[in-house]
Amino acid sequence: MSASDPTQPSADRALDFFRGRFDLDDGSLAAALDTALERQVDYADLYFEYTTTDSVSLEEGIVKSGDRHLEQGVGVRAVRGERQGYAHSDEISVESARLAAGTARAIADETRPHAPVALTTGAGGHDLYSIATAPTDVPVATKVDWLNEIDAYARAKSPKVSQVMASVVCQNKHTLVAASDGTRVADVLPLVRVNVQVLAADGSRREVGYQGAGGRFELETLREPARWQGLVDEAVRIALLNLEAEACPAGAMDVVLGPGWPGILLHEAIGHGLEGDFNRKKTSAFSDKMGQRVAAEGVTVVDDGTIPGRRGSINVDDEGTPSKRNVLIENGVLVGYMQDRLNAELMGVEPTGNGRRESYAHLPLPRMTNTFMLAGEDDPQDILAGVEDWLYAVSFGGGQVDITSGKFVFSASEAYRIEGGRIGRPVKGATLIGNGPDVLTRVTQIGHDLALDEGVGTCGKDGQGVPVGVGLPTIRVNELTVGGTEG
Amino acid sequence: MSASQAEMENVVRHALEAAGRAGASQADVLLVEGDDREVRVRGDEIEFVKQAQERGLGIRALVDGKEGRQTSIVSTSDLAPDAVARMAEEAVALARATAPDPTAGLPEGGFATDLPDLGLCDPADRNVALDARIEDAKRAEAAARDFDARIDNSEGSQASSGYARVVYGNSQGFVGSYESASHGLFAEPLAREGDSMQRDYWMTSARRLADLEDAATVGRKAAARAIRRLGGKRVETCEVPVIFDGMTAPSLIGQVASCVSGYSVYRESTFLGDKLGESIAASAVTIVDDGRLPGGLGSKPFDGEGQPTRRNVIVQDGTLQTWLLDAYSGRKLDLPSTGSAARGTGSAPRVGTTNLWLEPGDKTLDELIGELDRGLVVTELIGMGFNPTTGDYSRGAAGLWVENGEVVHPVEEITIAGNLGDMLKSIDRIGSELVWRGRTASPPVRIAAMTVAGE
Repeated sequence: MSASDPTQPSADRALDFFRGRFDLDDGSLAAALDTALERQVDYADLYFEYTTTDSVSLEEGIVKSGDRHLEQGVGVRAVRGERQGYAHSDEISVESARLAAGTARAIADETRPHAPVALTTGAGGHDLYSIATAPTDVPVATKVDWLNEIDAYARAKSPKVSQVMASVVCQNKHTLVAASDGTRVADVLPLVRVNVQVLAADGSRREVGYQGAGGRFELETLREPARWQGLVDEAVRIALLNLEAEACPAGAMDVVLGPGWPGILLHEAIGHGLEGDFNRKKTSAFSDKMGQRVAAEGVTVVDDGTIPGRRGSINVDDEGTPSKRNVLIENGVLVGYMQDRLNAELMGVEPTGNGRRESYAHLPLPRMTNTFMLAGEDDPQDILAGVEDWLYAVSFGGGQVDITSGKFVFSASEAYRIEGGRIGRPVKGATLIGNGPDVLTRVTQIGHDLALDEGVGTCGKDGQGVPVGVGLPTIRVNELTVGGTEG
Repeated sequence: MSASQAEMENVVRHALEAAGRAGASQADVLLVEGDDREVRVRGDEIEFVKQAQERGLGIRALVDGKEGRQTSIVSTSDLAPDAVARMAEEAVALARATAPDPTAGLPEGGFATDLPDLGLCDPADRNVALDARIEDAKRAEAAARDFDARIDNSEGSQASSGYARVVYGNSQGFVGSYESASHGLFAEPLAREGDSMQRDYWMTSARRLADLEDAATVGRKAAARAIRRLGGKRVETCEVPVIFDGMTAPSLIGQVASCVSGYSVYRESTFLGDKLGESIAASAVTIVDDGRLPGGLGSKPFDGEGQPTRRNVIVQDGTLQTWLLDAYSGRKLDLPSTGSAARGTGSAPRVGTTNLWLEPGDKTLDELIGELDRGLVVTELIGMGFNPTTGDYSRGAAGLWVENGEVVHPVEEITIAGNLGDMLKSIDRIGSELVWRGRTASPPVRIAAMTVAGE
């Protein structure tokens, strides 16, 4: 695999891989699709996947384990109306695809004559992450040495650092989609990630600080000393800061969100609610709000799968549709949903390149890629200066949303009181809760400092995790409920 | 022993031999074969039918280093003999690239010798037709819809049946296997009234189809929960008693269990790290993890390292009695394994719970509500706002507001916050209903005071 020519686009390298290793030529793919099409189905597709993942982790100053996993298989889907039949096998072969097709087509009873499938190369895919060395081909020894450097550097930062846990996770995923409409698209998706967690202790008090980074690029990018040392500096700083943090206030208050990772607000508050499946079924709090004002003037939110090298980026989605830059909210007005093929078809719109799945063992669903708010014109310092009291939150852990009621939460991992327009004392992480359809109407200022996150986000839906990105400029949101303990 | 089981055990033995030949001083192998079916019905329409057969093989190889053993884990779904042999060699090479760890190693002994029949699988269920499960989902959908005119939509009802055969063997001579099944039914209807739209769910899950709650009951209970959320509103920020119902209380018990894992103890990342033998909860609190509960969804005859599963009383009358340990975390703390190793094919053993529960008290949820002057019943939690290192707790919640012993309106868009250490000590009521819907169960629990953040 490492012998592949990096000057070739991912699509061509992946196609060569599946042909060379598993004899998946167009004729045999078409034959497997024909098995599904013998029944009265609207559409059928095959999704082949071959993924190598390795991870090396360190704790207590010892690189204790190395892991390497191979995940391979094929998922076959037959679609009729709203009905989907799905079967998958952990063997990559035309025969296993045919067998799975025989199972998947069981959603339709009637047989029918059909024209043979003629596969053609899908057009318009991107080439956002072609790299010379797959991260899974970087020698384990290199990763081990690097983790030891991270450990030593973190421990030297402060005597209060009592534990360091770090890991490097590398993935190389080959995919191939073949569909009854003739689509045939392949891709190679590299993904790297480094995680640094430190435990700081002071007397009986202990706090954790975490920082990670990643994306679809060479592992070397992260191994630049300035880059990884910056991550370790952050993890240590957050742990030490939390040692000093006071209890967080509780209640509705004006909140300033810092740039970058706080964009998880968008992901939870509006992103999921704008996924096509929920809107087609009208189970989302955003159903029937198309064309209406759902955010303050000046708020524009996009989901963009086409940013080179980002964790949430994809050349094509897992149904073979090229990824796009989709505007969801334009100047406060809802203008777009995110769609996979099934829901786009049923809603009579075009797919938007958001049909994603965790693996060959999962059905595709409308999913986000990189979701962020465009920059405004306000100076971040002025935004803070305008707030007399309450909360400035700059980093967050996870979040969750109830798409039907629209209520969403996200949990701060670094936050401060704002005291007279200035950043004051650090406060303990607290969960913020709001209502998706109206929270963005209370955005009163938007900074010029848009930043994307460091590349560690994973979104869960229906039990499927996919890598995503978020981004935000500094913004002020009035009247958000903060779940602290101090009255 | 079925032919397939014998074949699987042979694959495991072959992999162990291959690891030994490649230079591993110790090795263990986990092989899992699964057969899963899943259907979702929405309204009268089938949304999807999913069927799969899957298998996975994981090899953990340990090689002797200067000051301890070096470890690797390699996994694949390719069980061909040459592929397994290649994988064993890869595992040994990978292990050599890691650092020696003086604590690493398989359990020295104590492997399970009795493999009791825990009622994990009913052979008769094997023949259940997919159509029967589709019918279950349809009945749950119909019962939800017929429950109330305000139920006008749904996210669907999902039925699943899965079978797995697990074989584990190691270079200490242990090879064991068991079969298990799990069946489930889940309904998630939507209720609408005016501008308010709410969803909620109810589910049932069991080892035997016959033990599932009736499909129509699942639909009706889900519908009743969705209806009762209509018109939810925020409340003023306040400090009040909070009752976690039987759907939300299990998450609290699960958080306690995660904080007594041997790994979080030796990593100093649990607020309970120095509390062994001390009182950590109200005296009415007894928390048990039992891997041999007959028919339990977390039951298994041996753990992820071949150690016999057993009954571990984690908290007895409020006192912390034990950590949950596998061989590695036990060695770190100079204690024997508690049979708590959990393991997937692609991961090293870690500590997990089996069937975990809080012992019930004697009052029903209705009686607990009747005794409440002013407070909150939490029926759903969202978000991950729990810090195991400090015990700090802050999560999004929805539920019911109670005044003078009566539910007065549904509540939403609020958070509840406190510290798990304080919350455990201030449990002042425990309900009587203990219903298993998964591997963790709890009766309703009342915490004397938490901060509710709203308006």
